[in-house]
Amino acid sequence: MFAFILRRLAVAIPTLLVLIVLSFLLMHLAPGGPFTQERALPPQVLANLNAKYGLDDPLWRQIWNYVYGIVVHFDFGPSFVYPDRTVNQLIADGFPVTLTYGTLSFLAAVLVGVTLGSLAAIRQNSWLDYLAVGISIGAQVLPNFVMAPLLVLVLTLWLGWLPGGGWSFSDPSFWIMPVIALSTSYMASIARITRSSMLEVLGSNHIRTARAKGMPERRVILRHALRPAMLPVVSYLGPVFVSMITGSVVIDIYFSTGGIGKAFVDSALNRDYAVMMGVTILVGALTILFNLVVDILYAWIDPKIRY
Amino acid sequence: MSKLFTTTALLAALALPAQAVQPAEGETLADSQTYTYWLLDAIKTLDPAKNTDVEGSDVLRQLFEGLMNEDATGGMIPGVAESHTESDDGLTHTFTLRDAKWSNGDPVTAGDFVYAWQRAVNPETASEYAWFLELMNIRNATQIIAGEMTPDQLGVRAVDDKTLEVTLTTRTPYFLKTLSHATTFPVPQKVVEQHGDAWTQPGNLVGNGAFMLESHNLGVDITMVKNPNYWDAANVVMETVRGVTVNDNNIGLTRYLAGELDRVQIPAGQYPRLSQEYPDQAISIPYSCSYAYVFNVSDKGPEALKDVRVRQALTLGLNRDIIVNQVLQGGQKPAYSWTHWATEGFQAPDAEIATMTQEERTEKARALLTEAGYGPDNPLSLSLQYNTDENHKKLAIAAQQFWKPLGVNITLNNVEWKVHTDRMQNQDFDMARYAWCADYNEATTFLDWFRTDGYNSGKWSNAEYDKLMADSKTAEDTAPLYKRAEEILAEEVPAAFVYHYSKVDMINPAIKGIPTENVTNAWYAKDLYRIAQ
Amino acid sequence: MVIEHDKMRSLAARMAQPEVRGRSPWADARRRFLRNKAAMAGLVILLLVVLFAIFGNHLAVWSNEELDFSVMGQVATMGQPSLENGHYFGTDDLGRDLFARTVQGTQVSLLVGLVGAGIAVIVGTLYGAVAGYVGGRTDQVMMRTVDILMSIPYMFVLILLLVMFGRSMTMLFLGIGLISWLDMARIVRGQTLSLKNREFIEAARATGVSTWRIIIRHIVPNLLGVVAVYATLLVPLMILTESFISFLGLGVQEPLTSWGALISEGAGTMSYGTLWQLAFPLFFFVITLFGFFFVGDGLRDALDPKER
Repeated sequence: MFAFILRRLAVAIPTLLVLIVLSFLLMHLAPGGPFTQERALPPQVLANLNAKYGLDDPLWRQIWNYVYGIVVHFDFGPSFVYPDRTVNQLIADGFPVTLTYGTLSFLAAVLVGVTLGSLAAIRQNSWLDYLAVGISIGAQVLPNFVMAPLLVLVLTLWLGWLPGGGWSFSDPSFWIMPVIALSTSYMASIARITRSSMLEVLGSNHIRTARAKGMPERRVILRHALRPAMLPVVSYLGPVFVSMITGSVVIDIYFSTGGIGKAFVDSALNRDYAVMMGVTILVGALTILFNLVVDILYAWIDPKIRY
Repeated sequence: MSKLFTTTALLAALALPAQAVQPAEGETLADSQTYTYWLLDAIKTLDPAKNTDVEGSDVLRQLFEGLMNEDATGGMIPGVAESHTESDDGLTHTFTLRDAKWSNGDPVTAGDFVYAWQRAVNPETASEYAWFLELMNIRNATQIIAGEMTPDQLGVRAVDDKTLEVTLTTRTPYFLKTLSHATTFPVPQKVVEQHGDAWTQPGNLVGNGAFMLESHNLGVDITMVKNPNYWDAANVVMETVRGVTVNDNNIGLTRYLAGELDRVQIPAGQYPRLSQEYPDQAISIPYSCSYAYVFNVSDKGPEALKDVRVRQALTLGLNRDIIVNQVLQGGQKPAYSWTHWATEGFQAPDAEIATMTQEERTEKARALLTEAGYGPDNPLSLSLQYNTDENHKKLAIAAQQFWKPLGVNITLNNVEWKVHTDRMQNQDFDMARYAWCADYNEATTFLDWFRTDGYNSGKWSNAEYDKLMADSKTAEDTAPLYKRAEEILAEEVPAAFVYHYSKVDMINPAIKGIPTENVTNAWYAKDLYRIAQ
Repeated sequence: MVIEHDKMRSLAARMAQPEVRGRSPWADARRRFLRNKAAMAGLVILLLVVLFAIFGNHLAVWSNEELDFSVMGQVATMGQPSLENGHYFGTDDLGRDLFARTVQGTQVSLLVGLVGAGIAVIVGTLYGAVAGYVGGRTDQVMMRTVDILMSIPYMFVLILLLVMFGRSMTMLFLGIGLISWLDMARIVRGQTLSLKNREFIEAARATGVSTWRIIIRHIVPNLLGVVAVYATLLVPLMILTESFISFLGLGVQEPLTSWGALISEGAGTMSYGTLWQLAFPLFFFVITLFGFFFVGDGLRDALDPKER
């Protein structure tokens, strides 16, 4: 197991390098630069700007300087579009926000999804089952860019219960709408997966044996059924995490949360090279880490798997 | 407006006591003096030298104060400058400064302006707005930006702590009007040198405006509170000003209606409905920006557009009334001139096209195209490039449909902003949408664009036009020159002018003092107050 | 919304088993599929949507780009769905016929979904089959590459691609297709490994059939079930991805449109009394996604029956 983790971490470094070079090249090949603007800059001013940010160096040298800065000083460079801030600062401001509502959404999706799915399976063909299946079918395919404005309309304008956007670490009322908008479709998917896998497990021989022995139903489910039924859910968690990070763009746009999702899209559109690279590397590293955690979790739940 | 009149008006204003903002009779001030307004996007920078956009300027105008301010109608009134004299040749301007203080209590001196202006043109600052000091014609600005001279050679000097002397290269009629622009605001040298690029962050920032920076969460909100050290603080009623970022205009409107914002832009097409439902809140006021489709007449452009008849036909075929009345629907006006109609001292020429009916225009357009050799048998194919935006998209789609009956096939080419600008600057387009907003309230801010050495992305060039623009710099009466320049634009059609902007907003009726007659839409929170309802 | 890999693996394992004598698994599967009500309903829905995409234009009174000037500017009162003026689904903000635009959006979205899924499945299958069949160092390198690519946040790369090359259908197809071939490659490789040593493959090898030919002729056909199921489940994911890209404003060029573009336009104006602008495209979007899911799940259950 330990060797497995080490091996995976060793792969992480070349992966990040590939990611850096790939996005660096794509970005620099795109037409326009960070200082392209409506009023064309006098050539001299543009030259000054390029010199200041080292954009007049050859590309390989820029990549080298960039990687060197990160490895040696953990410095992701200055933002070209937000000259008052460094990329480290921008990420330090935005990432905790994304992490907070992202983690909450993740937990909500898993907890509610698993509970709903299990209940539906246990009470198969009851009204509860139909309700759960109905909700999860609908919620699964509703794009969050439809859900988000709908939430603001209902919860802010009509009911006046929640602030329509913004962010505060100390006031949870700002967290609720982002979490609902981000987690609902994953919640539904998890409920669906849990239900079908739970049904499968409940129909299996070892559960029948446990029941035949006269074990109380509650104990059968919690001790014997839940764990194997979780396997497909766990393998789904990696992709959920990644698409939640991606989906956070929508949350940042509609709820003005100031997270890194929008920072990434903006930086790509504004050619803010350093911010774009910084966010890409961060998300890449998180993806690697999270996939690793999921694999470990999977091995832990499923004793058949050995690495 | 003649130079003479500007100066007189300014002197007259200087004689008056500072304008006090107080509720009118019958109004009671609200207990909580806060004003919350909408921002479309994050504020990019709070450094006056580096700011490039309107939303940044709105914030800077509260945090800093330049030599001049604007009043509710856009007229220049004294800011830090108490009085001003101009030499006979118009090349030397001398300002006497009032006793103003920075928010940390230090006095605002002439040296602070010298430092700020030298910093703005310094190649090391790499300001994207360094050109603004060139526009002001300050001596040596161009050479310093190009790195040929050192910043200390800039034509600005502190005679003493209270006297600032500015030297220009040429007489500049609009000079005073540039002095309320954010690039010309003073900056505190000590603070900048102490904190470097981080000097504009909350806790570090020191300004001389009526408000101080309290907090700034990038892309979320920015909060400013009243500055007790401001020279006119006794007359400032507003206590807190908050800019709230909402990236989606529709959501912004929803949040305005929920009472979270005091001012928001009205999304395109919603003005008629809102002005009926909320007549006391929906406003539409002229806003000094013009929208156009620029024709590429350079060597890299399509052959067809080099034919003036084709350009005339295209501009005739554009049904501006439908664009204004049925698409935008917010009190915008059809544009038959490049300069915005409400620009001070500007009289538009009587363009023939403005008085024709659309049927007549279409007919004439057909005739012109036939004459040029295009028609149903030989259709004209062109591409129209626009950057990603809901409104640009709507107009481009409409334009495509207006030109279709003329036998002109338009391919729509939607690209993102950076690509759009990059292609425009490299003449890599057929037709491209473009808009220009006034830097100051005078026609040259628009007309300079089409000079041979102006921004002029379509590379149109006309000797008479260039001469007119050069002459206007020193002319006593500029109106006829501008009129003639517009006539040339109307004949030569380097671009199809589409419409003149309006600012179409919802404003909370409890907020008083928001200027509605200033075409550049500069506003000062120190003039605002909230009444109890 | 993601494909369940456990079930795909289980299905792949079954498809690679030596065939049960007497009855073809396909015949069994067909019988099971036809009995599955949800899957049949899904199939009917999909057929209807495809018919709508192909023949919808014949019913439309307006084209997808014509502006109806009598409606333009007062869409909330004049542009609602109506049989009289031919705008069956109402109009958009510019007075364009929403029926014609929905037909057109359906064509684009289905095309993006199908082509994207097609690219993903073809690339994934060939890659996985080659890695598994050739084995050794090649396999090592190829699968390590997949590991590396797995950790790249693809949506980010897709956005960069669209920013760089500009928006075009081709780029959208490629970009979206390239997102999801990795899982396919892994599953296919696993099954190729177990197929590789079976008699018929060894026989082919012994008679000197080329590697490439063996892969195409003998390995791939045995993976057809997995490929079919995976492709069916991938299409809705591609459609969802496209809608997200359209939301970001990086989708297809006007006057072309897609469900994503129509829905995000409609969502923007949902409180302005023009709800039909959201409702019609969203309806087609939702039923199509369901259709694909039901059919995909049904196919999988039919090919890999388990006791329920």
